[in-house]
Amino acid sequence: MPTATFRIWRGQNGKGEFQDYVTEISDGMVVLDAVHRIQAEQANDLAVRWNCKAGKCGSCSAEINGNPRLMCMTRLSSLRLDQAVVLQPMKSFPSIKDLVTDVSWNFRVKKAIKPFKPRRPDAADGTWRMAQEDVDRVQEFRKCIECFLCQDVCHVLREHSLHDHFVGPRLLVYTAALEMHPLDNENRVNELRNGNGIGYCNITKCCTKVCPEGIRITDNAIIPLKERVVDEHFDPLQKLFRILRK
Amino acid sequence: MTTEYQTFDYDVLVIGAGGAGLRAAIEASANGVRVGVITKSLLGKAHTVMAEGGIAAALGNVDDRDNWKVHFADTMRGGQYLNDWRMAELHAKEAPDRVRELEAWGALFDRTKDGRILQRNFGGHRYPRLAHVGDRTGLEMIRTLQDHGIHLGIDVHMESTVLTLLKDSGRIAGAFGYERERGRFLVFQARAVVLATGGIGRAYQVTSNSWEYTGDGHALAYDAGASLSDMEFVQFHPTGMIWPPSVRGILVTEGVRGEGGVLQNKEGRRFMFDDIPENYRAQTADTEDEGWRYTQGDRNARRPPELLTRDHVARCIVREVREGRGTPHGGVFLDISWIKARMPNADAHIKRKLPSMYHQFKQLADIDITQEPMEVGPTTHYMMGGVRVDADTQMSDVPGLFAAGECAAGLHGANRLGGNSLSDLLVFGKRAGEYAARFAKENATVTLDSSQIDATAREALEPFERNGENPYQVQHDLQRMMQDLVGIVRREDEMERALEELGKLRERARNAGVVGNREYNGGWHTALDLHNLLTVSELITCAAIERKESRGAHFRDDYPQKSEATGTCNIILQRSDSGELNLKREPLRELPSELKQVIEEMK
Ligand SMILES: Cc1cc2nc3c(=O)[nH]c(=O)nc-3n(C[C@H](O)[C@H](O)[C@H](O)COP(=O)(O)OP(=O)(O)OC[C@H]3O[C@@H](n4cnc5c(N)ncnc54)[C@H](O)[C@@H]3O)c2cc1C
Ligand code: SF4
Ligand code: SF4
Ligand code: FES
Repeated sequence: MPTATFRIWRGQNGKGEFQDYVTEISDGMVVLDAVHRIQAEQANDLAVRWNCKAGKCGSCSAEINGNPRLMCMTRLSSLRLDQAVVLQPMKSFPSIKDLVTDVSWNFRVKKAIKPFKPRRPDAADGTWRMAQEDVDRVQEFRKCIECFLCQDVCHVLREHSLHDHFVGPRLLVYTAALEMHPLDNENRVNELRNGNGIGYCNITKCCTKVCPEGIRITDNAIIPLKERVVDEHFDPLQKLFRILRK
Repeated sequence: MTTEYQTFDYDVLVIGAGGAGLRAAIEASANGVRVGVITKSLLGKAHTVMAEGGIAAALGNVDDRDNWKVHFADTMRGGQYLNDWRMAELHAKEAPDRVRELEAWGALFDRTKDGRILQRNFGGHRYPRLAHVGDRTGLEMIRTLQDHGIHLGIDVHMESTVLTLLKDSGRIAGAFGYERERGRFLVFQARAVVLATGGIGRAYQVTSNSWEYTGDGHALAYDAGASLSDMEFVQFHPTGMIWPPSVRGILVTEGVRGEGGVLQNKEGRRFMFDDIPENYRAQTADTEDEGWRYTQGDRNARRPPELLTRDHVARCIVREVREGRGTPHGGVFLDISWIKARMPNADAHIKRKLPSMYHQFKQLADIDITQEPMEVGPTTHYMMGGVRVDADTQMSDVPGLFAAGECAAGLHGANRLGGNSLSDLLVFGKRAGEYAARFAKENATVTLDSSQIDATAREALEPFERNGENPYQVQHDLQRMMQDLVGIVRREDEMERALEELGKLRERARNAGVVGNREYNGGWHTALDLHNLLTVSELITCAAIERKESRGAHFRDDYPQKSEATGTCNIILQRSDSGELNLKREPLRELPSELKQVIEEMK
C-alpha cells in the first residue's frame, strides 16, 4: 500500500512541536481517516475531535497545510502527498492538546446574545404561517454546523485577538438568523454596534471562503446587519438631511 | 478519599445532550429544579445533529387523513407488536405538540404552500408525516433545543464522561466521571438521574454511528441493577455508503427513497417488488408508476416497496448481494437521478430536497447523484433495545433513575420506523424531565458513598499502570467479531462462538494499557469505553440467542419463521446482586380494547 507523511502538531497548552508520522493510505481516504489510523497504530494518546465523519457536526476543524478545513471532508486526493501534509490546531483559540483547541469562548458569547422572541401566533391553535420564500433566507444561516472555521480565519480574532470586542462571523450569522427570522420581535441592533463590535468587520470575506456549509456569511448576513445598524443609528440625521435638502 | 474530585450538586442530572437529554433538561428546569447536563462531546455535536430525514408527527398538514391513531397503528405494525403500547400511544398523541413547540422556540421547518409545516413520506408511515428541514432535520432540532436551553440556567459539563452511577441504599444518588481536557474526576450528587446517552453502534464495524455510541447508558443502567429489554433488536439501516472504503457505513437518508429514489440490482431490476410481506401488501403499490405517483403526493396511490420497513429492505439487499446480483463493491444501486424522466428541472429539485446527500456523495465519493446512481448497503444504525422504563414517567426499576431517547426501550418494539426517533426524543425527553424533577423534589435527601467513588477512580487509572495491549486493537477486534457473528443474519452456533470470543476480549480489555498522561488522551478514553461495549455486546448476543425466531430487525437463519413462543413476549435482562446475567421472557401486556380496535381499523 502507498504511504504518506503527516506532520502533526503535538503538544499541550501552546507548547509543543511538529512530529512526522508515515502511514498507509488507500482509495478515497480523508485526512481524518489518516489521523485515526495514526492514533490507533502509532500515537494512542493523540487528541483529536470528531463525531459524524460526514461534515455534519463541525467537530473536526483544523488547519491543513495552513488552510482551515474540516478534516473529515478533506480528501487526500485533493492534497499534494509528495510532501508532508501539515496538520495543526485552529490558531484563533487557545490550544488544549494536539489538534484540540478550547472553543468555549464561542459558547459563552452566544449565551450573551438576546434569545429568540416570537410574535404572537397567527392561528387560534397557536401556530404560525410562513411562506417558504421567507424562511429560505434564514435557513441558509441555520445550516451552520458551528465548526468555528470562520472564527479561525477572521483576522480580527486571528491576528488582533479582539475576542473581547468582536463576536466574530459565526455569531454574526447567528444574530442574522435571529434578526431575520420571520417570527422574531426582538431588537439586537444596539448590541451589534456596541458589545458585538460589528464595526470591526471590514468585509474581507475570508470567512465566507472557508465556510464548509457555503453560507454567504459576508454578503447575506454581515452586510445586511451592518445596514440595519446604520439605518437605526443614523436615520434621524439622514431624515434631517433630507428635510434640509428639500 | 485517595484522589481529588470536583464535586457538583444537582436535583436532576441529565447524562447526554442530544435531543432527549436537552429536552429533559429544559423540562426539568421549567419545573423549578437545579439541573446539570453532562456530555461526552461539545454542546450541539451529539448524534441528534446527524439526523437527516425528519421527525414523525401526525400533524396532518399535507394529508388531513392523518391523525394519532394512524401513527399509533403504523408504529405498532412496524414494531411487530412488541412495542410498549402505552409508549406508542403517548408518542403518537403528543408528538404534534412537541413539534409545534420547537417552532415556538425558533425552529424553521420547510413549509407547505399555505405556510404550515411541510411533511414528507418515509418508510412504514402511511401518510406524509415527517416534518423536516431539507435533509438536516437533526441539526435544526438540536440547535433549537441548545439555543433555547442555554438561557434557562442549566449547567452544562461539556466533554465529560460518566463512568458509573452512584446509589444510596437502592435509589439513585448521582454519578461519577471525568472531564477530557485535564482528565480530572467529577462527582455529581443528584436526586434524580436521566440517562439520554443514545445508542450502541460502535459495537459493530460498519456503522453510521460516531465514537460516542459505546452503549454507555445501557451499561450504566445494567451495572446499577436496572432491567433492560429488547436488546436483540439492532436496526441495520438498508442504505449506508459502501464505497470508497473510508466512508463505509455513513448514512444515506431514507429521504432519498421518500423523494422517489429506487433500489436496483446490477441487472437494473427493482428487486423490492419481488418480495412484499403479506401484512404490507394492501398498502404497497402494484406498479412502478403507482409508486412514483405516491412519492409525488397522489393520495390515491400506494407507497412503493422501497418504502417498506427498514428490516425488510435491509434483508432484501443482503439477499440480492448473496445471490450474486450485487454491485461491484458488494451493495445495490440507489438511484434518484432517474426522476429526470418524470419531471423538469430534476437536478435542481434533487439538490434542494437532498442538499447534504448531494454534497456527501460529491465530496466523498466523486458521485453526482443528480446524474448517476449511488452504491449502498446495510449499516448498523439504531438500537431499539435499552433501559426498561415506565411508559408515563420514563423511570427505570431503580428509583430515581430515568431513561429517554435511544437508550430507552419500548416505543419501537422489534423495528423502529424512520422519523420516530426524533419524535421519541421530544415526547419522552419531556416526560423524563418532568417526572425526574418531581422525583427529586419528593426524595430530596441523598448521601454519597465515598468508597464506591474511590474504587471506581482507582480502576479508571489502572490502564496507565499497565504496559498492556493497545485498546484500539481490542475495540477493533470486538467490532469485527460482532459484525461477523451477531450481525444482520444470525445463527445459534455463531452466537455461541461470539460469547466465547467476548470472554477472551474481556480478558484482553482488562490488560489494555495506555501511554501518555490524563489530558485529552484518546487511548485512555477508548480503554475506558471497552467495558460498556463488551457489556452491551454480551447483552445483545444473549437476547439474540434466546429469541429463536425471526421478527423485525432480528433475523435468524436457523429459525427463519415467526414463533408464537417468543412473539408474545419481550426478553428482559438484569444483573443479579452477585453479578450474573438474569434473562427472562416477559409476556406482553394486554392491549386495551380501544387500542385493539384502532389497530383493527387501520389494517
Ligand atoms: C446518520 C443518522 C441519521 C438519522 N436520521 C434520523 C431521522 O431522520 N429521523 C429520526 O427520527 N432519527 C434519525 N436518526 C436516529 C436519531 O438521530 C437518534 O436515534 C437520536 O438522535 C438519538 O438521540 P438521543 O438524544 O437519544 O442521543 P444522542 O443525540 O446520541 O445524544 C447522546 C448524548 O449522550 C452523551 N453521552 C453518551 N454517553 C455518555 C457518558 N458516558 N457520559 C456523558 N455523556 C454521555 C453524548 O455525548 C451525547 O451528548 C438518525 C441517526 C443517524 C446516526
Ligand atoms: S468579512 Fe468580516 S467577519 Fe469575515 S473574515 Fe473578514 S473581517 Fe472577519
Ligand atoms: S458559519 Fe460556516 S464556517 Fe462559520 S461556524 Fe458556521 S458552518 Fe462553520
Ligand atoms: S467529524 Fe463531523 S464535521 Fe467532521
